Amino acid sequence: MANLELPLQSRMFANDGIAIAPIGSLERVSLRADDSAFASIEKVLGLTLPKKPKTSVTKDDRTALWIGPDEWLILGQDNASLMQAFGKLRSQKFSAVDVSHRNCAIQISGENAVMVLNTGCPQDLSLKAFPVGACSRTVYAKAEIILLRTGENEFHLECWRSFSDYVWKFLLDSATSL
Amino acid sequence: MLLIHCPYCEEDRPELEFHGAGEAHMERPKNMGDISPEDFEKFFFIRENRKGLVFERWRHLHGCGRFFNAARHSVSDKFICTYKAGEPKPELSDEQIAAVLPPAKGTPANEPIVSKGDAK
Repeated sequence: MANLELPLQSRMFANDGIAIAPIGSLERVSLRADDSAFASIEKVLGLTLPKKPKTSVTKDDRTALWIGPDEWLILGQDNASLMQAFGKLRSQKFSAVDVSHRNCAIQISGENAVMVLNTGCPQDLSLKAFPVGACSRTVYAKAEIILLRTGENEFHLECWRSFSDYVWKFLLDSATSL
Repeated sequence: MLLIHCPYCEEDRPELEFHGAGEAHMERPKNMGDISPEDFEKFFFIRENRKGLVFERWRHLHGCGRFFNAARHSVSDKFICTYKAGEPKPELSDEQIAAVLPPAKGTPANEPIVSKGDAK
């Protein structure tokens, strides 16, 4: 996968108070587990899994996002060989699926970031309801996305690879018509 | 937009993230192979489709992905409450039901707007 071309490669957009840019390759793992496997999984990850809805935990290069009561998305540096480490936990009951190349990530930043996202995302993205570190699976226009607030005016958006062109164009359309 | 309370995400979320999934509390017969075609039809196809208070299954499809149940009025579209899958039907008080009833027949949805300027 060394020469994998990302679908949004070499695209970029910046305007007054808004910057939209693709994020490069990441290692992504979709994790399903229950209490019995938490201890060993957390040892492999080197962080505590968030157990509260809409929260995430970041340590060093790795972020764990709460998606559902037994579902997490792990984001980390590309080629961190997380899957090999999970593969060694033979006796535990859990599921870890490498979805690194299923998703694409886009960074949306600037003081108008919330306004641009709210053109397609129906969630309350005010700092009170969606503070820094909050994350959620939701929708952006017609596409399903996972949104993570990395800063007061900075968001990490994950969408499926095949939806990335649609999401990108919708974002640009919103950003240019502010 | 309708806001629906997801019992797993523990907050009100926009309607667009949800998907209706039919009538709630349908119990699958344990002896599926032995039941008569008539009983199977009842289980598989026949629904109450009631006008009024309904118990429905919903799925937070574009959220936590979980199925849950809801008590809702099918005419006014208002939710009384939502609860986790597997929990029994909640006891609903008369006040709770009265709060979601649609306006009585003949009541206009909005007060008619009378403009004083036009009444010359």
